[in-house]
Amino acid sequence: MQELLQYLFSGMTNGAVYAVIALGFSMLYSSTDLINFAHGEFVMLGALCMVSLTAGAGLALVPAFFVTVAAVAAAGMLFERLAIRPVRHPQPIVLIIITVGASIFLRGTGMLIWGKDAHSMPPFLDIAPIDIAGARLLAQSVWILVIVTALAAGLHLFYKKTLTGKAMTACAVNKKGAWIVGIPFKWMVLLAFGLSTGLGAVAGASIAPITMSSYDMGTILGLKGFCGAMLGGLGSLWGAILGGFLLGILEAMGVGFVSSGFKDATAFLLLLLVLYIRPQGILGTAEVKRF
Amino acid sequence: MCFVRKYRPILLAAALLSAVVFAANPAAGADSGKNPWKIGGIFSVTGPASFLGDPEKKSMELAIEEINAAGGVDGRMLEAIIYDTEGDPSKAVMAAGKLINKDRVTAIAGPSRTPTTLAVVPMVERANLPFVSCAAGNKIVEPIKPWVFKTAQSDIQAVASIYAHLEKQGIDRIGTLTVANSFGESGREQLIEQAGDFGITVVRSESFGAGDTDMTSQLTKIRQEKPGAVICWGTNPGPAVVAKNVEQLGLDIPLYQSHGVASPKFIELAGDSAEGILLPTGKILVADLLPDNDPQKQVLTDYIDAYETRYDETVSGFGGYAYDAVYLLARAMEGTGGDKEKIRENLENIKGHVGISGVFSFSQTDHNGLDPSAFVMVRITDGKWQLVK
Repeated sequence: MQELLQYLFSGMTNGAVYAVIALGFSMLYSSTDLINFAHGEFVMLGALCMVSLTAGAGLALVPAFFVTVAAVAAAGMLFERLAIRPVRHPQPIVLIIITVGASIFLRGTGMLIWGKDAHSMPPFLDIAPIDIAGARLLAQSVWILVIVTALAAGLHLFYKKTLTGKAMTACAVNKKGAWIVGIPFKWMVLLAFGLSTGLGAVAGASIAPITMSSYDMGTILGLKGFCGAMLGGLGSLWGAILGGFLLGILEAMGVGFVSSGFKDATAFLLLLLVLYIRPQGILGTAEVKRF
Repeated sequence: MCFVRKYRPILLAAALLSAVVFAANPAAGADSGKNPWKIGGIFSVTGPASFLGDPEKKSMELAIEEINAAGGVDGRMLEAIIYDTEGDPSKAVMAAGKLINKDRVTAIAGPSRTPTTLAVVPMVERANLPFVSCAAGNKIVEPIKPWVFKTAQSDIQAVASIYAHLEKQGIDRIGTLTVANSFGESGREQLIEQAGDFGITVVRSESFGAGDTDMTSQLTKIRQEKPGAVICWGTNPGPAVVAKNVEQLGLDIPLYQSHGVASPKFIELAGDSAEGILLPTGKILVADLLPDNDPQKQVLTDYIDAYETRYDETVSGFGGYAYDAVYLLARAMEGTGGDKEKIRENLENIKGHVGISGVFSFSQTDHNGLDPSAFVMVRITDGKWQLVK
């Protein structure tokens, strides 16, 4: 029982991180029909910025957090403006390859700025792990869970209740239609990029205290987040959250009850199974696009 | 520091260029009238393994300068010809080809990594060239190849040091947690293979991905078996996460790490969680803590002083592999007149050579020449290394 609970906690911590990353993938996809394979690299930028601002520049936690998110969101918008928008024939496959290129570029830049070594920082609040029935949960994990819930609720309200949010959805549904009714399409895409990479930064900044941050951390995190988004249904906010948590918890259970050697395999096998039975993901809409 | 970091690629390129220019000048170093003996160096000076190759290249140059300043070998100067592999086996093969066919070197030191070394081995065997690798992998000298030697300590001695310490503590049940790459796999193999010799049972053997952010599941699973100690085998940053997770779970059994994290960086990453961790390390890391009667103490302090004066940077734990390789080769070359078969025989007969990585005693069945005394066990106390008896 104690073991089961510990696996669950471990899975929830990882799952929450995957969920925030999946959220970034999903929200960009739902507004622009685009999958940003450089998303993991923005997570890396978030984590390393956070480390530099707190441990390096000595900034307090809260301002450092917001500066990090703003800076990475600005970098994401710059990326959209310089690399995505100028493309003359924006077919999805071309844009996706551009994002793959950007991820390589960002990883290289990260290596030049922060070096090849890993970096660490202290947790947000320095308190002992919480003991629940013999299983231990880090306070930082609770922070991450709170942040995920807040982000999900905020995004939900943004899409359902604000004009900008609705306009963004409209652009995804029908680009030309949205343009005809006067929605500034280009601004919406720019905003979507800013929001999505900002989410990546939130993920990075919140995991920086529990793990080590290095220039090459983004690749695997991006992949896991992408799997989470696919699992839950690409384009669905709650699906991304569900998918991220499911992936994290399955990984932890895979370690506990199968073998740590098959940790990634257990999770990915399930992903294959879900996609085979429900190609649109658990909470995805029935329409599936193929690239 | 900031300047160096920012312009590191440019500085490296400049350093490399100057090395090439130096190498291309046949007159350099030849002031005794006779041609100098050329020793080739193949190191991953740039690229992902530059933390190995860069100090190795510098240490090789340092060793050559020292030997030449002391009059060379049999009155003849040595000359280093060093190529960069960028950590890439195919570039290592090209470099070895150039050293063998164009530069016609007498012997080769390096490469820095196990894959690059294994790529070069068939070539030096064909060319019958004395070859001293600076890589750690045990496959390099197992099985024994006549021309192939190595200076870096391997997992065998590291595992033996840990097990000897466990035995003294009376711990006979352990759990292992190894990283899922070649370093961790080779460590796991040794941990399982040698366990019987020390009367130790590996009750649970788990692994983690090099980029994983949480290892509590693996540790929970190990905890179920109630082992007396946990041994983690990996290179940064994974083991630092393991250290944090052990503290989080409140595991009150000793945590052992491998020599793969024996650097101040690990203490920095793991922070307070590093407290009490035990690990084997080459003596260079704790040179100032060694007792004065340690045979390596003098060699180590001399090397550290020379390196830090010459290059104005903190000595790394890895440059010593190349330093040892050059000194071993120079010693083997004495009185041979450059005859390669004789150099090889001399290398095989070197006994009790006090080097940076240990005291080397080669034989026909041992081309690494080190025993577990090449490692010392240290405990991290108050963020500092402390020798364990």
